Amino acid sequence: MNYKRAIFISIIVTASLYSYKVYTAGTENSNGLLTNEKARAGKLLWQEYNCIACHQLYGLGGYMGPDLTNEIGQKGKLYASAFISMGTSRMPNFKLKKEEVDDLVEYLACVNKSGEYPLKNPDITPWGDITISNTIRP
Amino acid sequence: MTKNKKISIILLKFSLLLLISAVVFGVLAALVFINADTLGKILPFRNLRPLHVSSAVFWILSAAAGSVLYFLDDTTGVQKPYIKLSVIYLWLWIATVLVVLGSFLFSKFGGREYWEFPPVLALPLLGTWILFAIKVIHSVGAIKGTWPVYLWMWVTGVIFFIITYTEANLWVLPWFRNNIIRDITIQWKSNGSLVGSWNMMVYGTSIYLMCRISGSQDTAYTRKSFFFFFLGLVNLLFNWGHHTYLVPSAPWIKEVSYIISMTEWVIFLNIIRSWRKTVSDVIKHKNLLAYKFLFASEIWVFLNLALALLMSVPAINNYTHGTHITVAHAMGTTIGINTMILMASVFYILSEFHQWTKKELLIVHTGFWVANIPLLIFWLSLIGAGISKAYYEKMTPNAGFNDRMMHVMPYMYIFTIAGFAVLAGLATLAIMGIRVKMPKN
Repeated sequence: MNYKRAIFISIIVTASLYSYKVYTAGTENSNGLLTNEKARAGKLLWQEYNCIACHQLYGLGGYMGPDLTNEIGQKGKLYASAFISMGTSRMPNFKLKKEEVDDLVEYLACVNKSGEYPLKNPDITPWGDITISNTIRP
Repeated sequence: MTKNKKISIILLKFSLLLLISAVVFGVLAALVFINADTLGKILPFRNLRPLHVSSAVFWILSAAAGSVLYFLDDTTGVQKPYIKLSVIYLWLWIATVLVVLGSFLFSKFGGREYWEFPPVLALPLLGTWILFAIKVIHSVGAIKGTWPVYLWMWVTGVIFFIITYTEANLWVLPWFRNNIIRDITIQWKSNGSLVGSWNMMVYGTSIYLMCRISGSQDTAYTRKSFFFFFLGLVNLLFNWGHHTYLVPSAPWIKEVSYIISMTEWVIFLNIIRSWRKTVSDVIKHKNLLAYKFLFASEIWVFLNLALALLMSVPAINNYTHGTHITVAHAMGTTIGINTMILMASVFYILSEFHQWTKKELLIVHTGFWVANIPLLIFWLSLIGAGISKAYYEKMTPNAGFNDRMMHVMPYMYIFTIAGFAVLAGLATLAIMGIRVKMPKN
């Protein structure tokens, strides 16, 4: 076999095994589970209203509005419900039903439990790596 | 001119329209960003952003596919033209892209970064791309002997787009989407690799053009070229983790990505090492339109690679992630690198059958400078905004979002003004390309 093909195939095989590992052990963090139907429905609403265009989760998304990873943890469900229901000068009022608002809040509560962002006090190693704790948030 | 080449020119012209759409919606989105209270009600940001992002993504994909389709005939000797397949691919692709953009106008979303359209549209998009892949694979299958490196890159890019785009849609399965950590990690794994796959097609086109301009194919067969191809492939497959360093997935995902990303130093040092040759080539080819764009892309590769290397260090990424520095990197690479290389390809192709008048050349050269100089200001203002956001986030963690954004706004005003200039430059170039008439035979 041509050495270029051999290298190519080796890289692809390694990447396939690596992908499998990422799909399973690499992301098997039980803190991230959407534990109930309301949270699962909330996730689909999050996508349907394209919330990511303006907000971020774990710093990923648009910068028009704040990162919402730990917003519920910091300000509570009632505060989040009020914001989603009423809108602000920068955020439209989507005229969601109460049930939809509750689903979205439930989803954001699950996101809050999944981890911390931004990291408050990361441990930085001498070679430039950081350590992330994986504790369940209240 | 072969029928395949004519088809590819239609695709390239369509891609230029998408480029105009991308910059127009980008500037509108920037205006809304700095005037959300007033303009946001008329032009919702959640519609403008996907219109901008998708137009930009489809500009790159369409122009890269158009270039590959055009150059394939010269490379493979038109032994297997597959004209009908190319025609079906062309019109299905155009129709799909228009439906995708239309879905945003009607606020129909799928809410995934880069691919914010309803998931059902992933099917025609993928199906159409598979038609293109069949055409490419069938054409290159006719080649006897060793493939040049750009052919490896085109085929890799075309096939990996199918694989990584499929991966990007795994979220439709509950097992993937019902774990937030898994969902976000795989979403950004696929997004990172998707960018790598179109980069393969774009950089392959760049090498092809270099070979054509220099009149020698030698570079496309050297060990060094293949070394960089394989290094690029490894980065395509493993260097996506910097997007998710701060997501609580297994630490080894971050570590693998960190190690792999540091191999890009080799590319970075190679650019510095080859700098003198690059400059002497510029002097030699200074009258060639295509070379001018390729040279600009080299400078943008240097700047963006330096930024990427810094962002790939987790300790630095902790501060740059979630700030406009990420946007600087995304826009610097899509406009500075991809767009400049694709413009080189478009103008190289058009120059094969169109004799540019002095006036036209003057307009194109002006468009080139009007696009590139403000792009530097645009890029630097985003870095400034990112540094400001990171600083105030860490120094005033209890401050409200609006208070922190106040510090970012001055940079965003500069960004918006520079954006208007970039729009003027790129739209001028695109319009000059669209105006060129198709040859009769």
